[in-house]
Amino acid sequence: MTVLALDGRMENQIRVSDVDVRLVQVVKKFGDAVAVDHVDLEVRDGEFFSLLGPSGCGKTTTLRMIGGFEEPTSGLIELQGQDVTWLPPYKRNVNTVFQSYALFPHLSTFENVAFGLRRKGLKSSEIAGRVTEMLELVELPGFEKRKPGQISGGQAQRVALARALINRPAVLLLDEPLGALDLKLRKQMQVELKRIQQEVGITFIYVTHDQEEAMTMSDRIAVMNNGRYEQLGDPESLYERPETRFVAGFLGVSNLLPATIVGTDGGYAACRLANDQTVRVPAALTRGAQRVDVGIRPEKIRLSAPGESTGGQENRMSGTIRDASYIGVSTQYIVEARGGTRVTVYEQNVERATRDELWQVGTDVDLTWLPDHSFVVEAAKPGE
Amino acid sequence: MASAATSTSRGRPEGSLGDRIGRRVGHLALPVFTSLAIFYLLIPIIVMIVFSFNKPSGKFNYTWNEFSIDGWLHPLDWPGLPESLLASLGVALLATVIATALGTLIGLALTRYAFRGRGLLNGVIFLPMATPELVLGASLLTLFVATALPPLRGNVPTLYPTGFSTILIAHVMFNISYVVVTVKARLAGFDRRLEEAAMDLGANEWVTFWKVTFPLILPGVVAAALLAFALSIDDFIITSFVSGTQNTFPIWVYSIIRNALPVQINVIGSIIFLVAVGYVSLTTIRSAHAQR
Ligand SMILES: Nc1ncnc2c1ncn2[C@@H]1O[C@H](COP(=O)(O)OP(=O)(O)OP(=O)(O)O)[C@@H](O)[C@H]1O
Ligand SMILES: [Mg+2]
Repeated sequence: MTVLALDGRMENQIRVSDVDVRLVQVVKKFGDAVAVDHVDLEVRDGEFFSLLGPSGCGKTTTLRMIGGFEEPTSGLIELQGQDVTWLPPYKRNVNTVFQSYALFPHLSTFENVAFGLRRKGLKSSEIAGRVTEMLELVELPGFEKRKPGQISGGQAQRVALARALINRPAVLLLDEPLGALDLKLRKQMQVELKRIQQEVGITFIYVTHDQEEAMTMSDRIAVMNNGRYEQLGDPESLYERPETRFVAGFLGVSNLLPATIVGTDGGYAACRLANDQTVRVPAALTRGAQRVDVGIRPEKIRLSAPGESTGGQENRMSGTIRDASYIGVSTQYIVEARGGTRVTVYEQNVERATRDELWQVGTDVDLTWLPDHSFVVEAAKPGE
Repeated sequence: MASAATSTSRGRPEGSLGDRIGRRVGHLALPVFTSLAIFYLLIPIIVMIVFSFNKPSGKFNYTWNEFSIDGWLHPLDWPGLPESLLASLGVALLATVIATALGTLIGLALTRYAFRGRGLLNGVIFLPMATPELVLGASLLTLFVATALPPLRGNVPTLYPTGFSTILIAHVMFNISYVVVTVKARLAGFDRRLEEAAMDLGANEWVTFWKVTFPLILPGVVAAALLAFALSIDDFIITSFVSGTQNTFPIWVYSIIRNALPVQINVIGSIIFLVAVGYVSLTTIRSAHAQR
């Protein structure tokens, strides 16, 4: 079991275990369609965990099974060491922030937030105190009397958050809670959510299809595709070392170069590209495969004049600029490498800052990057 | 005609005189038709209320004689009227309560669950609305009488002689259809996630129903109950088949109409109307308040 530094966040709660939520071989079928396919997952106590993936990959279904709104076809779900697979939602120490908020339209903000405490039969005076406190935490003091129809989307989102958090659940489930907000408010709420999560120290399981959102907020991310996750890790390792084509493509832009491994040398594997040039990648990443795709992020590649020496440790390819798009902060080049492969390169507009100084279309250039910046994914199957 | 032609040829935006008149008429047509429709709908009610202040010269209150508030001072003062009115109110109230409760549950079941016979039930629910009342009344009477001959057990006929209980059974039956249809319409837009949210926050099924589901469908249930009450209190055709010797207000009115048309009928009619209008405006104002 992984031991996690918790910076004393959960000091007033007894820690049963470091794992808050555990899914064991969970399957969910709707008729013949498999929505969740043998998922094993361990979410640690106090972490901000994201389920990231494209539409229809099974994120919501996974979350709904943890919340108790859906029963798994097979498998086991544990909360803090207790098997909850067949417990109804009201017997689980978990609360949910729904995608559409699902605020009770007939109740005031106060009563919405107080709903969970009323079910526990707390005294009115205590409820009033805690609701006020919670509305302050989400920065909505004075909104007690308003009905859900009388507040904005961002405010509704915070009421939904307050309504769930006030119950002090072991785990908070959030299903694309920022999906309905505009970009600016979204960014603002991301920061706020992260702040609140750190303040209360509750485990968050966060569903999103926005990779940037997942990257900026999460401690760890599971990248889901077709009912299972392809890779699980912290944002940096997912971005820098994607292990599958899907993960490489879903988190940012990447160049994938088909290659054959021809030998190893001092911790690096030599890969011959389709155009007969050879590049090196960390040997550990090849996982014994012979035919692979070498991946490199566009911002890791440097452009230089042909033959210009840059040290000799780098991987090097030659090509011709085919397209240049000035984006302001950077410029995006499409370079056609020898052999016809097209490579995307981002260059910060520092050295060459004005349009005239940019690489011109048709110029021959060398592409260089450090072997350590490469990653390796399985080779494309024929037909892909 | 000449001026109309020239203005057309100059292409003035107003168009020809004919066009302009047409448009003017078009603008006026809607308000005029609206007023006519309202007037048409209100005439019988106006006549009823006006004649409730009449002092008829004979037994028949259909020629204006002189203004009087006698009818309003003695609204029940006619042999047989209080008993029949009481029966009508009793039947209407009971039938409304029973039909609303059952109909709401049926509506919930039909929208929520997939079960055997659901399609059939969905269709059968419409039958009482689509079947002519004459047919329903006649067949109900046949049913009630048939269950009496021969008695199924001992000498006590099950549902015969006809009376209060058979009227109630008949009213509940036709009211249920209307309640189910009204409640289903309200449930169609219901967001099931609200119930999931309630359960997520610790409410079990029972608490969820009373704290979330019921308050949200309440307007539909109230509308259904009002409709049921209105249908029940003035039903004549079905009631006349199954009432036996039990009078209800409409049956009583019909039975005395050959001998007399007392002003009390107008007074009771006006009261029922005013109570209904009062209640509807009250709920409208209250819900408008709640929205704000
Ligand atoms: N109640 C249901 N009945 C049948 N199929 C369902 C049901 N709920 C989900 N599915 C199917 O299961 C799959 C996964 O759905 P899910 O809602 O988990 O996707 P998601 O990852 O949350 O997608 P999105 O980002 O669009 O919300 C989809 O193919 C969906 O059509
Ligand atoms: Mg979803």
